[in-house]
Amino acid sequence: MINLRIDDTPVQARPGQTILTAACEAGIRIPTLCHVEALTPVGACRLCLVEIRNWNGRLVPACATPAQEGLDVVAHSDKLTALRRTILELLFAERNHICAFCVSNGHCELQDLATELGMDHVTFPYRFPSLPVDASHPKFGLDHNRCVLCGRCVRACSEVEGACTWGFSGRGVETRVEADLGDPWGASRTCTACGKCVQACPVGALFEKGKATAEQVKRPEILAEVTERRPRA
Amino acid sequence: MNADLETRVAEFAKAYAGQPSELIQALHRVQSELGYVPPAAQAAVARVVGVPLSQVRGVITFYHYFRATPVGRHTLRLCLGTACHVRGADQVLKAIREELGVGLGETSSDGLFTVEGVRCLGACGLAPVMMIDEEVYGKLDPKRTKRILRGYREKAE
Repeated sequence: MINLRIDDTPVQARPGQTILTAACEAGIRIPTLCHVEALTPVGACRLCLVEIRNWNGRLVPACATPAQEGLDVVAHSDKLTALRRTILELLFAERNHICAFCVSNGHCELQDLATELGMDHVTFPYRFPSLPVDASHPKFGLDHNRCVLCGRCVRACSEVEGACTWGFSGRGVETRVEADLGDPWGASRTCTACGKCVQACPVGALFEKGKATAEQVKRPEILAEVTERRPRA
Repeated sequence: MNADLETRVAEFAKAYAGQPSELIQALHRVQSELGYVPPAAQAAVARVVGVPLSQVRGVITFYHYFRATPVGRHTLRLCLGTACHVRGADQVLKAIREELGVGLGETSSDGLFTVEGVRCLGACGLAPVMMIDEEVYGKLDPKRTKRILRGYREKAE
């Protein structure tokens, strides 16, 4: 076992565990958006940034940093909350997140994080980009306005379903989640319509057709349930 | 036509067959042969190299070097870097637009020019600068820009 401290509490971790899982098992909550159990950690959203006291106060993503002997981790401080809030504000300012008529209102990880971190207003100017909605798939829809580019759908599709339908296109502020060669979702040759991407999506970007405002409940745990049942090599 | 294109692309990418790590090399080869990588060619590369379509799409759209649409006979790269900006690159761009009828990232209707904006050609002393293919044109003003473009047009006729 590896011994480390998180918020001055002694915590034990098994080799290979990340700071985030160790904290989680010790009952210490660290905010995260792009991480979900069963998918490869990518450290994309930076919300799980923690400070390592004995690394000169370096900030590292808890989801992608292995637990190591003797680490002195700060998971909660005013500085970290301020940083996390800024990240959230940037996410909200980047696209058009209008909770009031979102299918995921009330069941949205982005909304929950804003509440948890006390983000009551956005100090950056909103970009209000003009983004399309892809409703070409018979069962599901993709609303780019609500996407936070966490990549959970991309990883669920390649790592759990194995279809590799979703990918990122473009770069920077032009980045979009797109199917295959940028085809409409409904025209995708590789999509199996399994719906794992929809369950993995933390916000209302991917949704089931027929769901009205606040009706879309997601079940990202399904990814771990599926992979746990798999025979191990 | 499409089947023919696929066979050609498969031939270009043959050296990288079954090697996902060589995806970028394969796309380079295809673009050097065709001048661009249309969706049908992207799909063919994906199949030969052995990567998902979404990954090819990701690479093509991430790197500005790759293009999915045909290019004009000449590539005009107008510098939009700091020095050129200060010395009036926007006026040069306006002249290009007036002369060719297209702006950044577009190809003129006669297929002669593709206009691209780049950040710094490394010749700030000559600002504002543009390159047409391998030729560098510095100290531009709107009048001279138009004269240069007309020169290319006349040569093409």
